[in-house]
Amino acid sequence: MSGETPDHRSLVDSPPGSAGPSGLIGSELVPSASHAFDTAAHASPVARSQWALFRRRFLRHKMALVSLGVLAFLFIVCFGANLVAPYSNTEQDLLLGPVGPRMSHWFGTDELGRDQLSRLLYAGRISLKIGIAVALISTVFGTAIGAIAAYFGKATDQTLMRLTDLFLVVPAIAILAIALERFGSGDTTIILVLAGLFWMYVARIVRGEVLGIKEKEFIEAARASGASSTRVIVRHIVPNIFGPIMVNATLGVALAIVAESTLSYLGFGVEPPQTSWGNMLSQASGYVGTDRAYLIYAPGFAILITVLAVNFLGDGLRDAFDPHTDRHQ
Amino acid sequence: MPSMLTYISRRLLFSIPVILVASFLLFWMVRSTFDPCVKMRASKDVEAVTRCETRLHLDDPIPTQYLGWASDAAHGDLGESSRTNEEVSAMVPRALWYTVQLIFWGVLISAFAAVALGVYSALKQYSVLDYTFTGASFVGLAMPPFWFGLMAIELLAIMPKQWLGLDEPLFYFVGLHSGAEKGFGADYARHLVLPVMTLTVQIIASWSRFQRSSMLDVMSADYVRTARAKGVPRRDVVVHHALRNALVPLVTVMALDIGALFGGLIITETIFSIPGMGQLFVRSLQAGDAEVLVVWTVVTAGFIVVFNLLADVLYGLMDPRVRVT
Repeated sequence: MSGETPDHRSLVDSPPGSAGPSGLIGSELVPSASHAFDTAAHASPVARSQWALFRRRFLRHKMALVSLGVLAFLFIVCFGANLVAPYSNTEQDLLLGPVGPRMSHWFGTDELGRDQLSRLLYAGRISLKIGIAVALISTVFGTAIGAIAAYFGKATDQTLMRLTDLFLVVPAIAILAIALERFGSGDTTIILVLAGLFWMYVARIVRGEVLGIKEKEFIEAARASGASSTRVIVRHIVPNIFGPIMVNATLGVALAIVAESTLSYLGFGVEPPQTSWGNMLSQASGYVGTDRAYLIYAPGFAILITVLAVNFLGDGLRDAFDPHTDRHQ
Repeated sequence: MPSMLTYISRRLLFSIPVILVASFLLFWMVRSTFDPCVKMRASKDVEAVTRCETRLHLDDPIPTQYLGWASDAAHGDLGESSRTNEEVSAMVPRALWYTVQLIFWGVLISAFAAVALGVYSALKQYSVLDYTFTGASFVGLAMPPFWFGLMAIELLAIMPKQWLGLDEPLFYFVGLHSGAEKGFGADYARHLVLPVMTLTVQIIASWSRFQRSSMLDVMSADYVRTARAKGVPRRDVVVHHALRNALVPLVTVMALDIGALFGGLIITETIFSIPGMGQLFVRSLQAGDAEVLVVWTVVTAGFIVVFNLLADVLYGLMDPRVRVT
């Protein structure tokens, strides 16, 4: 492996879609190559806090840093859209109608003369909100299920993991669409339904991690000194597997944004007047092959860039959380 | 190999309850969301609703309804579509045939491309091309598939047609055949290019990443070093020692992914108007066609289970250590 290479090219080594079905299996079967940093930089035996070590490792991951910047920028312009957007969200200019990109309208306008850049920023709020909420909910729930299954073992483990398997078997998009048909497609519903289809991946990974550390001495010590199961899990186990959990949470954000846009494209996503990037794309999809085809580019790029940045960020976090990247040299 | 037989039969036994429970839950979900007699209710014939309700036992509790449905299904009666009044048992195989064609070509191309890219990247680690492939696969994985499809139509079919002033686009983007054409000729190929591209982008990106990291692992294994040390040419080591072993995990992942494809081509089929399983699903959902939706979800879940099983079996065949557990 690349043990002696003074490098941090983790993005080359680990498939980014690790939360997805194939990537998940992959990471279980083939532990991705471990990555090493230049040891000379901290040869001195200065004690560093966990957080300082984490920061050092993260700051070296250039793509992750750039991605963090890109994401921060996207957040600021989207959630501050009422300040930065050149036009209001709903402002129509029927006399102007659909025009291609130009100085007054960078990304052009749609058939109602609405400025695409402004709509893109407002739509970003919904897309980003859905992405983060889904990641948060599915991570918390999946962590709980995975940790409980692994910690208590036996029948609890069997029951919870068979439940997880069952959720993995059902065709996700189909279930999503049917559920949205049933419960309506407000953004809360979309968030809950998407979270309901993502938690299994987190649960499986967390279970594996917990199985790995629950027999360690410090857990035994905590139990021997009278800590309750809840306390052991929350205070001792979860903080120790925080890395893999965070990495998967970032991947969850990416998956959720793409899933939401896909649903919108099929006509089951958020409904007007709310607009997400997927929604804009689905409205534009009818114009492929006409002179308004420019409408398909911007929302797609917005999704692409966000998902790319989130994936790189996850990659940086994976390295930063992984103690093998520099301490044991 | 008795151990292999035990292994397979145990896996097989495990998957039967999964299918049954999943089909019950799916049945429950669809039945409680959609009214299978919705069309009858719109008609003036009051008797029709009663007939439909009695036929489907809608007054019974869900488990009883499920047993009735399952026993009918076991006898080959999958019900009738409320959208087209056609037998579901005829609609699903017809749609499946289109999807299977897409999966076949998609998987074939993806497998060769992914192995080639992955092996090259692993052997020439950190070379310019390795970085290029890595970058491309990151983009491929981050790209929403339907956006890729739309862009492909715009950039590869429509724009070249306009620029070159052709009567017909080079690649078609509606269906798998035009008009009266049949068979697997040039017309078929021109229809296939764009949909197959759309569905392979993410697969190639993820499989080639996977192949690369598994190849890297194998190349640093002791037996590869030993083979090199005793003088086996690098080429032979790569092909006979490394690649053979590096393919084991990929084959498993492929089996899992293919299983998921049977329900996962909704996007590709919608964009390119191919009447496969994905389109059947979208149409049935929009029409609230409960009978088709039940069968569709169960069949798709069945494919996932079968291919999961296949993945386990293949893994057991290729890696004898797995069978013990």
